[in-house]
Amino acid sequence: MVNAKADAGVYKNTKTRVKTDAVKLGKKTNSKLNTKVILCGVQLDNPIIPASGTFGYGYEFAEFYDINCLGSLSFKGTTREARFGNPTPRIAECESGMINAIGLQNPGIDAVINAELPKLREVFSKPIMANISGFSVEEYAYIAERLDEEEQVEWLEVNISCPNVRGGGMVFGTDSKAAVKVTKAIKAVTTKPVIVKLSPNVTDITEIAKAVEGAGADGVSLINTLIGMRIDLNTKQPIIANTMGGFSGPAVFPIALRMVYQVYEAVKIPIVGIGGVSRAEDVIEMMLAGATAVQIGTANLINPFASKEIVENLLNIMEKYKIKDLKEIIGGAH
Amino acid sequence: MLKIMKQSIFKIKENIALTDSIFKMVLLGDTSDLRTGQFVNIKLDGFFLRRPISVCDVDKKSLTIIYKIVGEGTEQMSKMTAGEKLDLLTGLGNGYDLTLAGKKNLLVGGGVGIPPLYKLAKDLKGNCTVVLGFNTATEIFYEDEFKALGANVIITTIDGTKGVKGLATDVLKDIDYDYFFACGPEPMLKAVYEQTKTSGQLSFEERMGCGFGACMGCTCKTITGYKRICVEGPVLVKEELVW
Ligand SMILES: Cc1cc2nc3c(=O)[nH]c(=O)nc-3n(C[C@H](O)[C@H](O)[C@H](O)COP(=O)(O)OP(=O)(O)OC[C@H]3O[C@@H](n4cnc5c(N)ncnc54)[C@H](O)[C@@H]3O)c2cc1C
Ligand SMILES: Cc1cc2nc3c(=O)[nH]c(=O)nc-3n(C[C@H](O)[C@H](O)[C@H](O)COP(=O)(O)O)c2cc1C
Ligand code: FES
Repeated sequence: MVNAKADAGVYKNTKTRVKTDAVKLGKKTNSKLNTKVILCGVQLDNPIIPASGTFGYGYEFAEFYDINCLGSLSFKGTTREARFGNPTPRIAECESGMINAIGLQNPGIDAVINAELPKLREVFSKPIMANISGFSVEEYAYIAERLDEEEQVEWLEVNISCPNVRGGGMVFGTDSKAAVKVTKAIKAVTTKPVIVKLSPNVTDITEIAKAVEGAGADGVSLINTLIGMRIDLNTKQPIIANTMGGFSGPAVFPIALRMVYQVYEAVKIPIVGIGGVSRAEDVIEMMLAGATAVQIGTANLINPFASKEIVENLLNIMEKYKIKDLKEIIGGAH
Repeated sequence: MLKIMKQSIFKIKENIALTDSIFKMVLLGDTSDLRTGQFVNIKLDGFFLRRPISVCDVDKKSLTIIYKIVGEGTEQMSKMTAGEKLDLLTGLGNGYDLTLAGKKNLLVGGGVGIPPLYKLAKDLKGNCTVVLGFNTATEIFYEDEFKALGANVIITTIDGTKGVKGLATDVLKDIDYDYFFACGPEPMLKAVYEQTKTSGQLSFEERMGCGFGACMGCTCKTITGYKRICVEGPVLVKEELVW
């Protein structure tokens, strides 16, 4: 079922701007190529979605480019109360990747609804994916309920996979029973599609995927970061103040791709592919493995234009590999 | 104030050693909207994260940075030669707020915290006292450059091989000032914070994921709330610090 409002691809306030963008994009290369995909009943102009935690609340990037070229965006993981997060250093460099231990720093749901989303609305007219996190089933449900009234939020992305907080996040994502509880509690209070974000730090990711599908999840997104660490040779101590953190970036791409491939065989609900995607070619691979849409994370931090460049290059790569309609390649590698 | 971040390619004009481990690099490129106390974030071939380095000096065409070899990235930078190109994010951070400056300004710098103070001293038309702290005489750089601006320069070395023996903060009590600016290693900043009696601005460092506010990697607590060193910093006002 296609949501009528999203089908038009625009929200009231900035209708004209979005339309001109679409025309511009079409002119550049072959306008017969179709990049539109439908994610849980909502249409996206293209499958590119900046990943939570790497794109702030979006408007930071609007200083660099018109972010309306994106399919959607997933904002920073939001909790009930404002959180400072973990002590610094929170960042460590790796070969082809990085480790972060932010610890869900965010201004809390009230500030997100009253300050961040209005700022984002001024510069972004596409559907928004709301990334939410919590320390109890009740907290997840509370935030989900609060966001239900936000018109521009089209999906809830439920982060049950944050490796950087104790007693929350990943605790729910590494245990099927807990994952089921959170999913059910959120489904009970929201009218929006619920996409559960899965952790790769498990023995069998398909088990959790099947469990949340059974609990009513409308989709799954994967992967969140892999737990990793680095040690400083000068101090002989861990670089990250919290010792460990989440590893992300191009180095994790093959693992993420493999997990998307496995989950595609295990569930029927749509998959959002995440992990190490840094080029349009990677997007195509993710979709062939089974992703309906694809998130770009760490790449945005190194090159603030990464998501835009991937959107722009997508048409060239489609042409190169003779792909006319992106949605037709989803799961094509199976 | 509107922040203008840019990504652009700069060409190396010169890259010369000032001491055994400290280098000065002059870069040609789009320097518009670069402010005193801001930093640039430099992409190096073969390294995943960018390297944040302060603006030491800037004019219409060129940007000067001064950096110390502390690891593999800065070591690679030191081997680059004129004509080579670098991908920079510019216009990052808040920079110094000169509207708060006093009549008798004190600038305190330690090691590679010194570079951003150079453009600041220039903006103050040399009308300031500059205390530059080093470990030893062979590590001293930019003494003459500060003097050429007309600043009253005081050098300190920990081992006493040049200038006043001791820490940069040891000489503060004898200086007449009504406002200060400081940049250097955190222990030095803390000592400045404790030993200064006036208001002032301090410039901080933190490990960064992005350098432009997207990842929350560089946050610190202040009295006025959580601040990202890369956006609401690197310059913080003394009164807002939690120490
Ligand atoms: C706002 C700001 C301004 C700076 N200005 C200057 C300057 O003008 N001159 C100068 O010499 N240095 C400056 N630094 C420090 C400089 O960024 C580091 O020395 C440099 O990144 C080290 O890189 P490396 O590859 O040699 O070291 P490695 O230790 O091999 O680097 C590994 C990782 O740690 C990061 N890192 C290591 N040390 C630091 C540090 N002190 N601060 C932040 N990140 C670090 C690196 O960026 C890299 O991601 C500044 C830092 C910040 C945050
Ligand atoms: C700095 C940083 C912060 C992140 N914060 C969140 C978050 O708040 N919520 C979330 O669901 N995922 C978060 N993630 C995980 C990413 O959304 C993504 O799943 C992961 O980084 C893998 O994709 P990538 O390799 O493209 O970055 C964060 C990742 C990074 C690097
Ligand atoms: S380094 Fe990413 S927010 Fe400051």
